[in-house]
Amino acid sequence: MFDAKKIRKDFPALQKKVHGKPLAFLDSAASSQRPTQVLDAMRAYFEEYNANVHRGIYEYSEMATQKYEGARRKIAKFINSPSEKEIIFTKNCTEAINLVSNSWGRSNIHKGDTILLSQMEHHSNLVPWQMLAKEKSARLEFIPLGDDFKLDLHEYEKLLHRHSPKIVSFTGVSNVLGTITPAKQIVKMAHDSGAVAMVDGAQSVPHLPTDVQQLGADFLAFSGHKMLGPTGIGVLHGKAEILNSMPPFLGGGDMIKNVEFREATYADIPYKFEAGTPPIAEVIGLGAAVDYLHKLGMQHVREHEKKLVRYALEKFDGLSGITLYGTRDLSSRGGVFSFNLKGIHPHDLASILDQEGVAIRAGHLCAQPLVQKLGAVATARASFYVYTLEEEIDQLALGFQKAQKAFGV
Amino acid sequence: MSMSFDLYREIILDHYKNPRNKGTLKAPDAKWRENNPLCGDVLEMQLKISKDKKLEDIKFSGDGCAISLSSASILTEMVKGKPLDEILKIDKKKLLGELGIDPGPSRIKCALLSLKVLKMAVYSYLGKEIDRETKDL
Repeated sequence: MFDAKKIRKDFPALQKKVHGKPLAFLDSAASSQRPTQVLDAMRAYFEEYNANVHRGIYEYSEMATQKYEGARRKIAKFINSPSEKEIIFTKNCTEAINLVSNSWGRSNIHKGDTILLSQMEHHSNLVPWQMLAKEKSARLEFIPLGDDFKLDLHEYEKLLHRHSPKIVSFTGVSNVLGTITPAKQIVKMAHDSGAVAMVDGAQSVPHLPTDVQQLGADFLAFSGHKMLGPTGIGVLHGKAEILNSMPPFLGGGDMIKNVEFREATYADIPYKFEAGTPPIAEVIGLGAAVDYLHKLGMQHVREHEKKLVRYALEKFDGLSGITLYGTRDLSSRGGVFSFNLKGIHPHDLASILDQEGVAIRAGHLCAQPLVQKLGAVATARASFYVYTLEEEIDQLALGFQKAQKAFGV
Repeated sequence: MSMSFDLYREIILDHYKNPRNKGTLKAPDAKWRENNPLCGDVLEMQLKISKDKKLEDIKFSGDGCAISLSSASILTEMVKGKPLDEILKIDKKKLLGELGIDPGPSRIKCALLSLKVLKMAVYSYLGKEIDRETKDL
């Protein structure tokens, strides 16, 4: 039985008070909290077998390597990857996308080629492609957002025919709108038109069951710190065939087979893409986070968030002066709420809510073009996760009323 | 008294709701526009400057939060009629003192955007090198 109240007990940072009020942490879409299980796993590495991986011929290093590679296997299993060789560790989701835009992109995108993105991308799945397009004189096109806050698949079909893009890269869940994209369908349409497909899973992998074999994408990128793991660790999943065909991204130790003064032969995947000493404790921490999520069951995580979204929609509908962005179709809606209160700038709202112990995000949410498209300068955002309670949504709504009172609106 | 009450004290909300010197000038002698990179807010100031280098008139325009817009409103009242070299001497401590708030690290950029815009306008008018503090505002 999924019990968020019980789950919360595993999260030390959620036990604290902020400005004398119980903390309602509603910014997990930016970074989640971490349970003691994750902290303990990382601490055990530092205290019990701290050493570099893949090198030392001694007990600690062998243990570190075993735990590090064990985490890779856990993560592979978590997203149903056919092989752990397809799991590449990066610094974060952003670096995973940059790996693809640099390695695959620079050798496959040429002058006049089209890169197809969507209008609801986070800057991390936009700016790397802008940089590549600039360098290669390639073209950027965007799957438009419909009035229903979903991607317009008819227009997508047309864009595929018109431009025959080399790659389609899009988000699994919008970090602004919470829209869950029909990723499997978008990937299939991309493949049918001969394009490579990449999914930015930063907001989807932490919240939805993920099966890369069903999804079929060539690449899936995600971050550890948004799914109960530590910062400094991200993952790129790529199909072995395409990863094998790509040149390395960063050069250095650990990514080679043999090095001479003037040339080197590179290691096989995944090591070809993991130059230098990796974030060992962070990988082990992410392994523990994946264990934690697996134990909860991702289907249950999804159901819990769906319940919270339903509750929040009902609650917010009763409030005056609120503009909600995003679909009301619960089946395509994750636990992310962007909104504005009439007459109150989101930054002011966030400051007042902070005094009530409520942590939300305010600003352009790292998706400036999308926020502008919504007709806003900035928005406020509340986001939910495994430990979020309905009571916290009540606390948020109460904070709205305090802000409205303070501003006389 | 909680800090939020402090941050949104009467003077701030008064200037936010009834901004002074809001608008544009017909033929400004100097103007400057800056974004607040944190939130995408925009602030522009336009200046009318007399022959003896005094600020004859000033108007501001833009989009933003209560802190940044009230700060702009209060600052324009502080500097109207003042000599330019005196305006360049206003530091962040002085402006925050007038606002009467401690915005904290996450909102300080909002509170000081107006001072940056004003000083940049004056520097550009005088053709003087911009001082370090203004750059870092």
